[in-house]
This record gives sequence, C-alpha cells and structure tokens, in this order.
Amino acid sequence: MVVFLTTFTLLMMLPLIYAVSMSLKPNSELWKFPPNILPVNPTLKHYRDLFSLMSDTWVPMIRYIFNTLFITVVGTFGHITLASMAAYPLSKYKFPGSKTIFVIIRTSLMFSGAVLAIPNYLIINSLHLIDSYAAVILPAFSTTLGLYLMKQFMDQMVPMSLLESADLDGASEWRKFRTIVMPLVKPATATLLILETQRLWMTGATPYIYSEEKKTLSYALSQISTSGIARQGVGAAIQILMMLPPLIVFIISQSNVIETMSTSGIKE
Amino acid sequence: MAAKTKGGRPSGKVVYDNLAFKDRFRRDAQNTWREVKKNRSKYLFIAPYCILFFIFTVCPVLISIFFSFTDFNMLEKPNFVGFNNYYRMFMQDDLFVKALGNTIMFAMITGPGGYIISLVMAWFINELPHAARVVLTVLLYAPSLAGGMTTIFKIFFSSDAQGFLNAWLLEWGIIDERIKYLENENWVVPIIILVVLWGSLGTSFLSFIGGLQGIGREYYEAAAMDGIKNRWQELWYVTLPLMKPQLLFGAVMSITGAFNIGSIISGLAGNPSVNYSAHTIMQHLEDYGTARYEMGYSSAIATMLFLLMIFLNQFIQKCINKVGE
Repeated sequence: MVVFLTTFTLLMMLPLIYAVSMSLKPNSELWKFPPNILPVNPTLKHYRDLFSLMSDTWVPMIRYIFNTLFITVVGTFGHITLASMAAYPLSKYKFPGSKTIFVIIRTSLMFSGAVLAIPNYLIINSLHLIDSYAAVILPAFSTTLGLYLMKQFMDQMVPMSLLESADLDGASEWRKFRTIVMPLVKPATATLLILETQRLWMTGATPYIYSEEKKTLSYALSQISTSGIARQGVGAAIQILMMLPPLIVFIISQSNVIETMSTSGIKE
Repeated sequence: MAAKTKGGRPSGKVVYDNLAFKDRFRRDAQNTWREVKKNRSKYLFIAPYCILFFIFTVCPVLISIFFSFTDFNMLEKPNFVGFNNYYRMFMQDDLFVKALGNTIMFAMITGPGGYIISLVMAWFINELPHAARVVLTVLLYAPSLAGGMTTIFKIFFSSDAQGFLNAWLLEWGIIDERIKYLENENWVVPIIILVVLWGSLGTSFLSFIGGLQGIGREYYEAAAMDGIKNRWQELWYVTLPLMKPQLLFGAVMSITGAFNIGSIISGLAGNPSVNYSAHTIMQHLEDYGTARYEMGYSSAIATMLFLLMIFLNQFIQKCINKVGE
C-alpha cells in the first residue's frame, strides 16, 4: 500500500520533476546524449534569460503582468460576490422559479466551454466588448461551478434557525447575507477563490483581446517559449513560474477546499 | 363538440368547468404574482448573476441551436436551410463521422479512467494520517494545476535529438531507431490518453476526498455489527452509497473534463493530427468555426456535441444511482 502510493505519486510527479530539471539544466546538458534526469550543474540561467527576454519585449512585461493580475483579481472578486449573492436565496428560500433556475444552472455544469466558444464570441462581439478586459471578466462572473459549490455548501452549513431569528429582529436580507451567511461560508469562499484564480491566471484570452498592450501574461509567455528551439530551458522555466501562484494558493486553502467539497454532492 | 347537447347549446357542466379553470388560472396567477412581489429582495439578489449567466451561457446554447439550421457565414445574411447541416454532417462529411467516433473513444477511456483513478486514490489516501494526506492531496492535485503542460510533453516524446524518451530507449538498446511518437498514428492516441489521465485528478478527486472525510466512524462500526466482513464489502455497502452525491458530482466533472481535452490534443498532435488519427469534434469545430467561418455548420457540430454531453451525463447518473443496490 505504502509502496504503491509512493510509486504512483512519483510517477505523477515525473513530468513536473522533468520540467523543473529542464528549467535548471545549462544548455550543454539540454543537448547531451543520453540526457540526465536531474541536472548535474544546476543553473538559474534560464530564469535570468527569461527576465532579460521579458524586458525587451515590445510591450513592457510589467504590462502583461498587470493585465493578468487585473483580470484575475476583478474577475475572482466579482465572481465570488455575485455567486454567493445568488446562491443565498436559491439555497435558503423557495420562491417562484427558484427551482427551475437552479436546475438550469446545474445542467450547464454538464457541458464544457468548448461548445460555447463560437457563439460566445458572437455575443461578446455584438456587445462591443471585444478587445476589452470585460470580454474576459464579465463571463467569468457567472462561472457555473462556483455558484453550484457555494449553494451546496450553504444548504448544509447555514442553519435556517439563525436566519429566522434574524427575521424576528427585523434584519434586512442584505444584513442577513452580510452578517450571518457570509461568515459561515468562508471555506466555500476560499474554494471559489482558488478555482477562479487558477482559471483566470492561466487564461490566454486570445480571440477576445487583440491589442498587444491588453494581452495576458500567459499569452505573452507562450509566445516566448514557442519562438525558437534553443528556448526549451526558458519554456520550462515559464511552465514552472506560471504554475507556482495557483499552487501556492491551493496549498494555503486546501483544508477549506476539502471541507467545501464534502458538501459538493448532487442530491436527487 | 361532444360536450354540446342536441340543441347546440353547451352543456352546463362544461361551462362550469371552463369557468372553474379560468378562475383557478387567475387565482394561481395572482398568487404567484403575490409570491413574486413578496420575494422581491430575493430576485434582486439573484438578478446580477442570472443576467450574466443568461447572456454568456444560455444565449450561446440558443444561438447555436438557431444557427445550426442556417447557412450563416459571418458575412452574408443567414438563410434558413432546415436540417441540411445535420444531413451533411452524417451523410457527406466522413471526417465528422471519424471525429465523432474518436471523441466518444477518448471520452470513454479518459472519463471513466480519470474517474476511477481519482476515486481509488482518494480512498487510499483517506486512510493516511492527516499530514501525509495533506501532502499527497497537494502532490496529486498539482498536475491538474499545470494545465496540460503540452510543451514539456512534446519535448519528452519528441522524435528529434532532444527527445527524452527516445534517447533513453536507444541508450538501453530497447529500440534501434527513434520512434516518431507524435507523428505516428499508432502512438499518438495512447500518448494523448496518458497525458489526459495524468492531469485528471482534479475537481472530482477533491470532491471524493471531501466526501470520504464526511463519513463518520459510527457508520463503519454499525456496519461491522451488521456483519460486513471485508474492506470490499465495506466499500460497496457503506462507503460508496454514503458518498453517492459526490460520485454523481464527480461524474459530471469527469465527463465535462473528458470532452474538454481539445487543447491537449491540438497541443500534442497538432490540428490536423497525422491522418486525422486524433481528430475529435473539438478539432472539427475549431476548423469550421475559426478557420473557415462556416458558422451554420459549426453550430450544428456544437449542438451535436452539446446533446452528446447531456445524454452521456444522464446515462452515467442513472448508472451511479444503482451503486450499493
């Protein structure tokens, strides 16, 4: 059992180890035959190269970083706000249409964005949002998975009795939402944070944004890594650097994520 | 007509029923409206999300279905062409039929494959002490954070001087000449499946861990008293039925994931892949939608894909509902 788990984990880690090792190998070792698995003389050269390549791009690199940070922060914050606002009445109250709305949202979990890509482009185009941050941010606000997880968590973790006693005190819906519901769903908030940050951080957003100065970090870095065979080490360095922020967010919030996932189930 | 009497006058009973129906309808409508007004604040809460959801999720589906019956090409006004696009898809477009087959093949392997790996690993690490469990959760989830890593895998399987796998197989004397893994029909499909499975311990994996941790010790103790003998019986009769909601949720995530591997396929094998060996509906859609601007036809393809996903989901959910019976 322990042997199996260790072997399996090592196998899963292999591509990541390979990427890290590639990013640390000096060029001479990248071309060596047969290649070593681990670098003999590790060097941070590729990371330094990456930063110097970044500084002579046509648009300053800091601009790409700003674009991605802006999209990620605004998109995630808006998504968490709108999704928890919508999840609260859908989870705790019955009103005309509430059930139908949730069934439609739950059904939309079943198909992936790939199906919607083309009509989505037409819609964003007709709303005159092409080449604006909003083309990425507004659809991100209404990501389905976030609302679903939030609603399931509220079903189990927000007791109706608390809301009823607040009603007796004459609290408004907004007050109940702010002071009772939101503090109780912190783990779900953390989960939405990691899932949405991860998605938006990686976004290339290429069809929606064409001005160079509005493009994302992920797009800019993919341009660097595909331009030239000698850039393999740099390409690996990029993979590692892009992966780090979501990984760190996940490590910090993992216990919250697991707690949220324990309520994620679909109930008939 | 049958309700009318000989004289042609409507019978009293029918008139009464009609009135009652109208009355009932009006009363229901009034009640609903009163309910809506009473819940005004709730609608305000859900409105911002629902409006955006409608624009960016519901509308695209409706638009796809609508354009799939037209010959829209982004330039001219769309004409209504009935079922022509669907006819063309199945009767004239051999490549679509091949893509459909490949899509189902990939989905049938990577969907259940990823699902079972996630479940088994979640079950295994659930037994571990807290610290080990946390470390393994992070390590096993990490690949799905990497987003395919196709650039790295391309170098690993590359057929040129830098190909890592070839270099070692040559060194060990297992092969005599370099294998073109990504340019060979027989190799490229299994490699794609391997890469997809590698990144498949994602949301469903986390959901299973969460579900397993939510099962209290008392259930197992009670089951032991009821005569559950071994770990397999425990898994089938206690654990799995108790985490059925997570199993259903995980299935939805796995199926959606299995249909979302278009970018990994294009990244590894290119679009088109060699002899279209890894050509799926996603590649076909990309080809007609973003390269040829045949929006009518590509909408029909998207609609088919959409129906396929919904159908598979319903089917799998029925199967999972039988767990533990």
